[in-house]
Amino acid sequence: MTNELDIFVGNTTLIDEDVYRLWLDGYSVNDAVGLRVRSGILEQTGATAGVLQSDTMDHYRTFHMLERLLHTPPKLLHQLVFQIPPSRQALLIERYYAFDEAFVREVLGKKLSKGTKKDLDDISTKTGVTLKSCRRQFDNFKRVFKVVEEMRGSLAGNIQQHFLLSDRLARDYAAVVFFANNRFETGKKKLQYLTFGDLAFCAELMIQNWTPGAVDSQVDDMDVDLDKEFLQDLKELKVLVADKDLLDLHKSLVCTALRGKLSVFPEMEANFKNLSRGLVNIASKLTHTKDVRDLFVDLVEKFIEPCRSDRWPLNDVRLFLNQYSASVHSLDGFRHQALWDRYMVTLRSCLLRMYHD
Amino acid sequence: MPGKLKVKIVAGRHLPVMDRASDLTDAFVEVKFGNTTFKTDVYNKSLNPQWNSEWFKFEVDDEDLQDEPLQITVLDHDTYSANDAIGKVYIDIDPLLYSEAATVISGWFPIYDTIHGIRGEINVVVKVDLFNDLNRFRQSSCGVKFFCTTSIPKCYQAVIIHGFVEELVVNEDPEYQWIDRIRTPRASNEARQRLISLMSGELQRKIGLKVLEMRGNAVVGYLQCFDLEGESGLVVRAIGTACTLDKLSSTAAFLPACNSPSKEMKEIPFNEDPNPNTHSSGPSTPLKNQTYSFSPSKSYSRQSSSSDTDLSLTPKTAPYPQGPRIFLCPSSPSLSSGSPHLKKSCLLSESSLTPHHSSHISPVVLRKSVSFSEELLLAASGMGSGSAGKEGGPFKALLRQQTQSALEQREFPFFTLTAFPPGFLVHVGGVVSARSVKLLDRIHNPDEPETRDAWWAEIRQEIKSHAKALGCHAVVGYSESTSICEEVCILSASGTAAVLNPRFLQDGTVEGCLEPRLSWQPGFFSIGQEENLPAGCGFCHIPYDELNMPFPAHLTYCYSCRKQKVPDVLFTTIDLPTDATVIGKGCLIQARLCRLKKKAQAEANATAISNLLPFMEYEVHTQLMNKLKLKGMNALFGLRIQITVGENMLMGLASATGVYLTALPMPGGIQIAGKTPNDGSYEQHISHMQKKINDTIAKNKELYEINPPEIPEEIIGSPIPEPRQRSRLLRSQSESSDEVIELDLSHGKKDAFVLEIDDTDAMEDVHSLLTDVPPPSGFYSCNTEIMPGINNWTSEIQMFTSVRVSRLSNINLTNQTLNKNFNDLCENLLKSLYFKLRSMIPCCLCHVNFTVSLPEDELIQVTVTAVAITFDKHQAVQTTKTHVEKSLQRASTDNEELLQFPLELCTDSLASHPFSPAKAVSVEKASPLTEGHFRQRSAPACANSTVGVVKMTPLSFIPGAKITKYLGIINMFFIRETTSLREEGGVSGFLHAFIAEVFAMVRAHVAALGGNAVVSYIMKQCVFMENPNKNQAQCLINVSGDAVIFVRESELEIISAQQPVASCQPACSGGEIAT
Repeated sequence: MTNELDIFVGNTTLIDEDVYRLWLDGYSVNDAVGLRVRSGILEQTGATAGVLQSDTMDHYRTFHMLERLLHTPPKLLHQLVFQIPPSRQALLIERYYAFDEAFVREVLGKKLSKGTKKDLDDISTKTGVTLKSCRRQFDNFKRVFKVVEEMRGSLAGNIQQHFLLSDRLARDYAAVVFFANNRFETGKKKLQYLTFGDLAFCAELMIQNWTPGAVDSQVDDMDVDLDKEFLQDLKELKVLVADKDLLDLHKSLVCTALRGKLSVFPEMEANFKNLSRGLVNIASKLTHTKDVRDLFVDLVEKFIEPCRSDRWPLNDVRLFLNQYSASVHSLDGFRHQALWDRYMVTLRSCLLRMYHD
Repeated sequence: MPGKLKVKIVAGRHLPVMDRASDLTDAFVEVKFGNTTFKTDVYNKSLNPQWNSEWFKFEVDDEDLQDEPLQITVLDHDTYSANDAIGKVYIDIDPLLYSEAATVISGWFPIYDTIHGIRGEINVVVKVDLFNDLNRFRQSSCGVKFFCTTSIPKCYQAVIIHGFVEELVVNEDPEYQWIDRIRTPRASNEARQRLISLMSGELQRKIGLKVLEMRGNAVVGYLQCFDLEGESGLVVRAIGTACTLDKLSSTAAFLPACNSPSKEMKEIPFNEDPNPNTHSSGPSTPLKNQTYSFSPSKSYSRQSSSSDTDLSLTPKTAPYPQGPRIFLCPSSPSLSSGSPHLKKSCLLSESSLTPHHSSHISPVVLRKSVSFSEELLLAASGMGSGSAGKEGGPFKALLRQQTQSALEQREFPFFTLTAFPPGFLVHVGGVVSARSVKLLDRIHNPDEPETRDAWWAEIRQEIKSHAKALGCHAVVGYSESTSICEEVCILSASGTAAVLNPRFLQDGTVEGCLEPRLSWQPGFFSIGQEENLPAGCGFCHIPYDELNMPFPAHLTYCYSCRKQKVPDVLFTTIDLPTDATVIGKGCLIQARLCRLKKKAQAEANATAISNLLPFMEYEVHTQLMNKLKLKGMNALFGLRIQITVGENMLMGLASATGVYLTALPMPGGIQIAGKTPNDGSYEQHISHMQKKINDTIAKNKELYEINPPEIPEEIIGSPIPEPRQRSRLLRSQSESSDEVIELDLSHGKKDAFVLEIDDTDAMEDVHSLLTDVPPPSGFYSCNTEIMPGINNWTSEIQMFTSVRVSRLSNINLTNQTLNKNFNDLCENLLKSLYFKLRSMIPCCLCHVNFTVSLPEDELIQVTVTAVAITFDKHQAVQTTKTHVEKSLQRASTDNEELLQFPLELCTDSLASHPFSPAKAVSVEKASPLTEGHFRQRSAPACANSTVGVVKMTPLSFIPGAKITKYLGIINMFFIRETTSLREEGGVSGFLHAFIAEVFAMVRAHVAALGGNAVVSYIMKQCVFMENPNKNQAQCLINVSGDAVIFVRESELEIISAQQPVASCQPACSGGEIAT
């Protein structure tokens, strides 16, 4: 005797958090049943495998029906078919839009297009995240991206408003959108050590300081693109390394201030010009899309790797960067103090965050 | 032209994309009522159109208002081709037609399409202006209230319970009309939906007329069903109990009698509809009161009866019902004088017949009438207590005589109620049932209801005669059902034979004039003291003559009062009376049975079925009895036996709630007897089984906390030496027409119930007895309203429907394998429910309602609807709870108890003061502080939600809450069909989505009426048909319930705390008593 039809419908929709997680993780019903059996639930509840199978199927069917609504979370709040308490609605949405660290690192900065979608197979194999789950996460990214890409106002705010995500998750999505839009390269081997947290941190600072929204809160694409004018202006910083006197003066100011305070002072002194040239050149090249994409690669190559090879402690890096940015204010011949600050404040925080093993 | 229906289409949202090119929709709306149609403008290119239409006005007579549904169709405008329908909304405007229900229907309704399901929502406002035409009530039955609830609804009290009303209408099924060959499935489904909606309206109106004829104002326990007879037609039939109900206005009812009229006036806007003008019929409008009070013309005797019921609905008269109530039956002719109190009541009615009697009655007169009635009560009670001493014999006879006279005038003294006002139920005889097998293709005139009317009349007659055989005049907990397979139809009716207190049954007898409401007065109880009082055992006492019993029975003296005789087991179809004393907890008991039957045609088929029926009933009862014994219990409540007919089998499913009644003797065990005592190993096997059974009984007793005090035999007196009885059930098949009296299986043993094992079948039976596993710890289940032994409910409830369809794989089935399969199906279903709801532990599944159908040859469909309610398991929970929560919980459960068990409270304290307000007040005062906490906690959660929560429950109440208003009956019928079954997730996906949609539509309608819950919800039909090969499926669902507004008890406390304690005290008690 087989059950052709087996359903359970509650006036309040039952949501089993554990099954929801298994569903989100892309397990088939059978795999999910297997995992639940292993969790010891049968012993705890005295249920049979058949009961578990039926229960899992039922939850999967519910989630499947809810998925359409989860694509536009405000609909989930207004719909009448599933009566779900608000706290549960929030949980459903938050979990649905949550993503795996391993997965996001793979697609961060990539174009969210069909081509990438085909690569999901490989990503799935590489990260161990099931293909189904990869698809959901990828589609979430794409959906959020499409909705907020051309919207006015704060990026994270827009995401939160249209997808009803928590503050934290909305900010993460803002980073994903920002990376995807600017196509920052994050996949290179030397960038592998960077976590999503590191990159999201950088993205947030860049959104705050380097986008048109940083100066005018009423422009289109205010948080998604980098401020073209700003990038153009950054060329002016080139004088800091092109003018030999200025470079020397800058170096001496920094060295004087840091003498005796750095454990790696000799190395710093020897490397100052290289490092400074690296940082300033990155700035001046940002007008080219290609160089924008390579921003993180450049930061690692031009600054982090040299410091790391000389075994600078993090604190020394902090002292150096603080002094390095601050000293420019004492350079009388340099007129772009505000520009320098807008560039360097962000860059310094990014570099410090990125400086780890 | 008695009414103007006004409809406004406000907006739509989440509409489907109808134009692929633009991904948008150009929507407009057609509003149709009767033959009139209005249209809105087209709102171009939007999925969220804002029509904001004018008010569409339909001028219609009230007959149409009752019959017709309002039909709203949303369409997509297409310039070049025909407009595409997006979907429809049917709105039943009936709730707007009676006064205390809803005044406006306004809200978001799901737009429903029978092929696509819900497609967006539409915001609609509907109002009805009824003209101030008093004759209205005579033309149609607009004023009659309908309730699905099978007890007196919580905010009303019964003045008179008139009795049975039934009606049946027939029409051609659109699915079987010739036109169906050429129209689309959608058109066919919609025709069917509309037809059933129309027929329901007509049926309700006709029943309403009958109620008015009986001088009632409401139908309680209204149960409407439809029979899909196929070729021969579509039948919609309904039964119910006509009552005269009196509204207990939550605060006004409790005002002290001496309040000046001016003060009462102030209270009116507080409780009643703040906008009474919209309803001229509103009882609270002063205008109406006047009209009636000055025209108590005798010539309109019927009208005057409806007028006084209306009068009594006014808050003003509510506080002291006696005053106005007395003239309730001014037409009651025979105040058969003789006893002193009657004279007084005559006097009373005389005084009340003077023109001032209405709401403007002077306090003096009112008080006078009160004091009169008190005297009257004293006299009555004196009489009652006098007779109480004498074994109650003469009194009983008198009582019976009175009841008889009240009931004999009725064709069918049936009551669909399952719970009764205190004192209503005097004795319970046992279950009576009748079944009849009919051939649908033999109906001479299929389009007319006569044949079916005759069928049902025949069955009802049988029920009535069975009840008589049990020495009972009435049948309570009465219900009817059908099972149809092809051209064969089994009609079934069952109920509980009972003796009722005549006090509630009007009809020109003494009781009509005697104040029925006095039920809560001491006097009433002293009248009933004879046996009701001591321990609530009265209803167990046998109503039949012990020397002339209709069947062999085993009687003992009642274990509570030790005066009257009681049977050893009691089967009933009603809920456990509130005053019944029970030991331990109850549990769900089911008997399940399949019988194979040869496929046959027409007559032969009907004969085969008729021949099988008695055996099935017999076996079902044996199973029930065995399982009851196994649980160590002695009574069944809420018994419902369903016999389902299929192509090649019959299924029987009986569900009931077993309890241990203190009044009945302790059940003996089950003893197994083998037939071949010589075989050693067999003997061993038997003894092994016996041990297992004994262990199970012991375990069950522990599980359900059944530990009755041991009573030495001598005290009770030895059991009356009578042949042992198997069950208190009389049944018959009308085909065979002879009554099957229970077989006597007694083995000479006094206590133990003997099971003979003489073949493998019997062995199987014993095995199957033992395979039923008890629910996991923390779970209880019952099929009655409330679980005997649990009353500390907390507020979490979860109503659900679960459906399973099983295919029988084995072609050469035997009865045994079939039984096992069916048993497993039900058991697994229950196990699944326990598992799914495990997060609610400790909890109880209440009102578990199983329905079996056989949609195809090898398919068995089981549908379950129930509600899971959490309760507070004191010891376990308290340790982990904070102090605040604890006190909160206790407060709410205490209040719940007050509400649920009114009688207990008043019987406790009736000696001096009828009720002890101290308890109620202290509860209310206990936690104003925690109250605040609670509200704070819950408030933000509610604010976040954009869609109001609507609770649904099959019960008549909501734990921890008080129902403040009944908004009207919800009765909805939906069809859903698909031609892309696989794409919609197969049969499970299809039906899951459909049921979720049905819930959503019910909730939306309730919310639009201004309600926040549906009580007495029932899914009456869920007909599912599939054709996987064609990728098609179709499902029909019929649901009903009562839309209500409830207020959390915690919130009520705040309201009542604001009032002076003085007025609050009677308030609480009054409310409780009346339930």
